[in-house]
Amino acid sequence: MSEATTTAPAAAPPIFVARGLTKIYRMGEVDVHALRGVDLDVAAGEFIVLLGPSGSGKSTLLNILGGLDVPTAGEVRFLDHTLTGATEAELTRYRREHVGFVFQFYNLIPSLTTRENVALVTDISEHPMAPEEALEWVGLGERLDHFPSQLSGGEQQRVAIARAIAKRPQVLLCDEPTGALDYETGKLVLDVIARINAELGTTAIVITHNAAIAGMADRVWRFANGRMAGIERNPRKLSASELSW
Amino acid sequence: MKALDRKLLRDLWTIKTQVVSIALVIACGIGGFLASMSTHESLLLTRGQYYDAARFPHVFAEARRAPDFLAARIADIPGVSAVQTRVVRDVQLDVPGVVQPMTARVIGIPVAAIVDAALPQAMNRLSLKTGRWPAPGAAGEVLVNNRFAEVRKLALGSEIRVLLNGKRERLTIVGTALSPEFIFVTRGGALPDDEWFAVIWMDAGALAAAYNMEGAFNSVALRLADGSRVRDGETAGDATTAAVVAELDRLLEPYGTRGGYGRAEQISHKVLSQEIEQQRVMGTILPAVFLLVAAFILNVVLHRQVNAQRGEIAAFKALGYDDLAIGFHYLKLASVVVAMGILMGIGLGDWLGRTITGLYTEFFRFPTLNYVLSPWVVAAGSLVALLAGFGGTLAAIRGVVALKPAEALRPPAPAEFRPLLLERLGLGRLATPSQRMILRNIERRPGRAAMTVAGIAGSVAIVISGTFWTDAVNHFIDIQFHVAQPAAVYLGFAEPVPESVRFDLSRLPGVRQVETSRTVGARLRAGHRSYRAGVTGLAEGAQLQRIIDVDTGQAAPAPDAVLLTTRVARRLGVGPGDTVTLELMEGRRAQATLRVAGTVHELAGMNAWMRLADLNRIVGDGPVVSTAALVVDRADQDALLTRLKDVPGVATVIVKSTLLDTFRSTTARNLLFYTGVLTIFAAIIAVGVVYNNARIQLAERAWELASLRVLGMTRGEVSVLLLGELAMEILLAIPAGFVAGYYLSLLIVTLTHGEAFEIPLVILPPTYLYAGATVVIAGVVSALIVRNRIDNLDLVSVLKTRE
Repeated sequence: MSEATTTAPAAAPPIFVARGLTKIYRMGEVDVHALRGVDLDVAAGEFIVLLGPSGSGKSTLLNILGGLDVPTAGEVRFLDHTLTGATEAELTRYRREHVGFVFQFYNLIPSLTTRENVALVTDISEHPMAPEEALEWVGLGERLDHFPSQLSGGEQQRVAIARAIAKRPQVLLCDEPTGALDYETGKLVLDVIARINAELGTTAIVITHNAAIAGMADRVWRFANGRMAGIERNPRKLSASELSW
Repeated sequence: MKALDRKLLRDLWTIKTQVVSIALVIACGIGGFLASMSTHESLLLTRGQYYDAARFPHVFAEARRAPDFLAARIADIPGVSAVQTRVVRDVQLDVPGVVQPMTARVIGIPVAAIVDAALPQAMNRLSLKTGRWPAPGAAGEVLVNNRFAEVRKLALGSEIRVLLNGKRERLTIVGTALSPEFIFVTRGGALPDDEWFAVIWMDAGALAAAYNMEGAFNSVALRLADGSRVRDGETAGDATTAAVVAELDRLLEPYGTRGGYGRAEQISHKVLSQEIEQQRVMGTILPAVFLLVAAFILNVVLHRQVNAQRGEIAAFKALGYDDLAIGFHYLKLASVVVAMGILMGIGLGDWLGRTITGLYTEFFRFPTLNYVLSPWVVAAGSLVALLAGFGGTLAAIRGVVALKPAEALRPPAPAEFRPLLLERLGLGRLATPSQRMILRNIERRPGRAAMTVAGIAGSVAIVISGTFWTDAVNHFIDIQFHVAQPAAVYLGFAEPVPESVRFDLSRLPGVRQVETSRTVGARLRAGHRSYRAGVTGLAEGAQLQRIIDVDTGQAAPAPDAVLLTTRVARRLGVGPGDTVTLELMEGRRAQATLRVAGTVHELAGMNAWMRLADLNRIVGDGPVVSTAALVVDRADQDALLTRLKDVPGVATVIVKSTLLDTFRSTTARNLLFYTGVLTIFAAIIAVGVVYNNARIQLAERAWELASLRVLGMTRGEVSVLLLGELAMEILLAIPAGFVAGYYLSLLIVTLTHGEAFEIPLVILPPTYLYAGATVVIAGVVSALIVRNRIDNLDLVSVLKTRE
């Protein structure tokens, strides 16, 4: 693996820099090596797809980049913040100010309407969009006052995306965003993520084990056994409608 | 051990804090129940045993001077098994170093028979507590009641002085004793009088000689043949007692009797019975409330606990366990919790019962206090707790086992929410998303919220019902001792004295104002009903002894008519405009039929009020009085009290401030203990409700809360979401608890109304504040414990798991 392929293009400043990331979980009496020395750089505005089988360490990496977990060894930096060694309160502030999360199961609050689920985040952000604007972005401008139980899975995931982008985060971290969705709905959701990346310039990192999605990315990271097994750069990014699986 | 039982133990360990908090609530319920019931039973048992052992009489009468030969004729009254005649005198007592004059009741006992012939007394047997019996023939050796010697710190060998028939006598205390007549020592009131009233037993011959009463008696007591059949010593209404009293009155008539009476009207017995009755009320109402609240919480908590295990139950079913086995498993879980509660409750109840029973020894002097905790009481309390625990568990299990395994394995259908009532009314803009989450959660499960609110309100109510006593008693004191009797010193004369005594008294040091009145013992009759009461004649415009109606204010007697305390009127079955017949027990024992001018709702006393002039005219012994009220300059009070020791004819001197001091130092301390215990109980209940609620909600909403943490909410913000709901519930519960506390207290005072007094329902704002604060603090403590768990939510797992 050459230096040229692991680093981002020199034109854009790196948003994430990680060196020697190692994560060891102690499960009872057994040490599980989730990450075994991962180096990476992510340029601002990049769209990265992270591919790998279950247990390859991709979720652990995303959790560390998202400030939900800390590495056992190694260093990770977000712009000028060092995430390694940050306190719990600092990590909370980091998530609050810079990171948008999209989960496989949407994790919406059932007792709040669409608009209110988004407002939950905009209420605690510095320069957020209006919740209505964020929902317009994901094509749900007409369903502001619906409760999660009144929405389809795809719609719920789009609300989750609106909630993630409403605070204008620098980075959008998506963990299996289409994992619980059918084919058509999944493509619709991916299209929203791609548009946000292209039009708002939000760096996007998407975890999936659906290899077909890789075509949308600037770069594709392949994970296996806690290591970066390969990095590919797509010469041309495909749009969501061009994907098929 | 079977795998399922291992699971049981581990489950219990996992929820150990909850288990302990529920067990504590049950322990409080059972503990309160056992303590009250056992105190009630212990007092009844102790009294019964003491009355039997000491041969407490069934019928009593006093006369002016009756010849001894009458005793044989009294013994011949059908139904009478034993007669005791004696000389009893109330005299002024002087203890070195005490300024205030005191009263002693001197009772003659046959010392030689007791000591030389070792003959036990026929009745009212004394128990020698310390020292020895007076030596036969040794002049001036006496026994005093044990309590007086204690409070006055009189060692054996101490000297006291009494005024025997106008002659000052020195007496030496050689022993202290207890008597069944003086379990509660008082001159007549319902307040403890230990410091100012002594009972002295001396040789009957010496006492008779001092009063020229040789060959005569002025007090007689009877035991009845079938007295043992009389339940709890209450002989007021039974036919035998009534017949014996009537015959006794007839025999004593020529000798100046004031009328015979049964145990029910014997003062010590009366006060003791009222207290035991109150204890019975407290022993049933409050523990019932406790046990109900505990049962209710147990029910709710177990219900939710089982619901939370829905997935596991489905797995059991999928593995082939039948409904019965699963149900039994959860019943075992409930049994362990309940059993822990019961065991702690028995320990707590036993300790508390002994402590409360012990507090009673301050008021009631028994030779031995037997504490009993009956198995049936323990069984009854335990059964209620078990039923409550099983009820809650079964109700929850029924819902879960009814599901098909596959259905149960799936998570419950996603929660459906709808806009708040508030929002449907168009007021939605008022709340932030966080506030709406809280409100919608409450509104979505109103039943659950209502249960929580009810549980917390219950603990608020318990604190109020335990704390309002101080307010009520203070109000009682205020009305009875400051409004109704505003003077500083009240005197009672041994015999009626001319009204002109007023002028003599006003010349004593420090006396600024004197008012006199007269109380005559009487039997009031209306139709077939009768009641013994004092008829009091008040001077017109009396201001030092006022008739206070708690509903309408001060009342005054009308000419040629009586004004009756409501309770007396009720007993006689009369109202305003009816007539009552007064059979006076003094002078020429006149009778008069008078109109009832009205009834007065007095807090205490069983009174018949008249104008002094009217009363004196009926009695027919001229313008005389029997009591005097004095307004005194505080600085001269001691000088006055010293002088009063030398005023002949003064039998009792009551200094209001010292009476109240004694009352406060004993009653207030007991109230404080009682309030303290109830507050702790209520706090435990509140913590039980709030903490368990928060834990279960946390379990149910961990996923949602962790998601919010991932989205960047701080621990504090997430805590607000969870604890905000509890805070809202506590906020709703406090006013509800105030209302419940008011009605619970009303129920208690209504049930504890004594024959001769009632406790006013007065609850002051600080009491409400205290109750509210107790629950808020309990809530905050619970919140802090739960907060610790919110801080440790697993953020990573929520990304990968579905609710």
